[in-house]
Amino acid sequence: MQISLTINGTDVTREIEPRVLLVHFIRDDLRLTGTHWGCDTSNCGTCVVLMDGQPVKSCTVLAAMADGHTITTVEGLADGATLDPVQQGFMEEHGLQCGFCTPGMMLTARALLDHNPHPEPLEIREAISGQICRCTGYATIVRSIQWAAEHPLVAAVDTTEDEEVRA
Amino acid sequence: MQIPAPFDYVRASSVENALALLDRHGPESRVVAGGHSLLPMMKLRLARPDWLIDINDLFELDYLLIDRVLVDQHVLRIGAMTRHTTLLESDDVQRLFPIVTDAERVIADPIVRNRGTIGGSLCQADPAEDLSTVCHVLEAVAVVRGPAGERMLSMAEFHRGPYETAVAQNELLIEVRVPIRERSGSAYEKVERRVGDWAVAAAGASVSLASDGTIGQVAVGLTAVGLDRNVTEVEAVLVGQAPTEELFTEAGRLASIACDPLTDQRGPVDYKRHLADELTRRVLRAACRRAAASVSEITI
Repeated sequence: MQISLTINGTDVTREIEPRVLLVHFIRDDLRLTGTHWGCDTSNCGTCVVLMDGQPVKSCTVLAAMADGHTITTVEGLADGATLDPVQQGFMEEHGLQCGFCTPGMMLTARALLDHNPHPEPLEIREAISGQICRCTGYATIVRSIQWAAEHPLVAAVDTTEDEEVRA
Repeated sequence: MQIPAPFDYVRASSVENALALLDRHGPESRVVAGGHSLLPMMKLRLARPDWLIDINDLFELDYLLIDRVLVDQHVLRIGAMTRHTTLLESDDVQRLFPIVTDAERVIADPIVRNRGTIGGSLCQADPAEDLSTVCHVLEAVAVVRGPAGERMLSMAEFHRGPYETAVAQNELLIEVRVPIRERSGSAYEKVERRVGDWAVAAAGASVSLASDGTIGQVAVGLTAVGLDRNVTEVEAVLVGQAPTEELFTEAGRLASIACDPLTDQRGPVDYKRHLADELTRRVLRAACRRAAASVSEITI
């Protein structure tokens, strides 16, 4: 069957088998390997992508079900050379160790901040509770997301103001 | 790599279209909503449909509305495609049926809740599933539509056993109706090993208080401990009594005797009986407290 969807702002049309899972379509057909494939049982959350802005576990969504929808993967977070504040936050606060859970964590964080720009630490923990970091680096992941909440894109781009704050 | 066996996929455009597709493709076709039960079963070959009928475009079944069905009977009508996240975030649901909000907080995880639907949860009929107990306790009615029209089923009629419902192959669950009662309160509590896991055990209760403050109407249900949800033995001793700690203790004791859990990786029988006891007391306490607080503030 043929599906058409928008992924990271680009329209794509592909011929697929109906049984292909969204995670494999993204990784194998579109060669966007930033989306990781983990437990295959909707437990670990490393395969999280945004479908119409909402985080979903792409190992438990058929590519066919994404037909006509808008998908954002980790490759779509940055705007050219400008990192998403969430990505910057993971750098600033050491939100990743081995990096395996990172793409899913960052996309969930992006959706959380779009929905709730100033989450409490407990709300961040709740939001990422469907995801597993086997390095157990949760404290730094929560701090990374807090950093992103405190540095929304508008402020991050405005470097002059940033410098004034530092001065 | 877990991949389902081959199947053909078709997306339904309306309820009528979904029913026509079920009719056309026959017994080897299955409806998929959120897919978080069916797709894992298909990966493991526990389900192997030839046709998958995707009903995610049936936005007409994604609604929450308060309606009057009889002169003095109001109900909350929940469309079968209403997502868990929608139920969790609804102020009306929290106000009228806090048991639903309690349960939704501990169903799977926030990301799975973005996809999962109430209709899918009820139709999956997993004995450890939380919303099924909630709907039994709230005396919800399932509205099922088929070629011959609609039929209304009590939850006892709807759930025939583990993984089995009264929904025929050519029918679709389209709505869940929950009666709204005055002076009522409800609560759900679950013990799970970790976020997103199925219950080791869970309990739900719904209570309506009589004008003299005694328990007028009550339902208590248990999840994952080998019962058809409702604990009728407990309900019988509660009706007409004043809600006291002694009464809750007796209810808990009866619940621990009435349940029939199995030892598995989630715990031994003794532990699960202990949970049935403790959780029954807790949800009754919370439901009665909420019922008392709701008096004089019910607005529809």
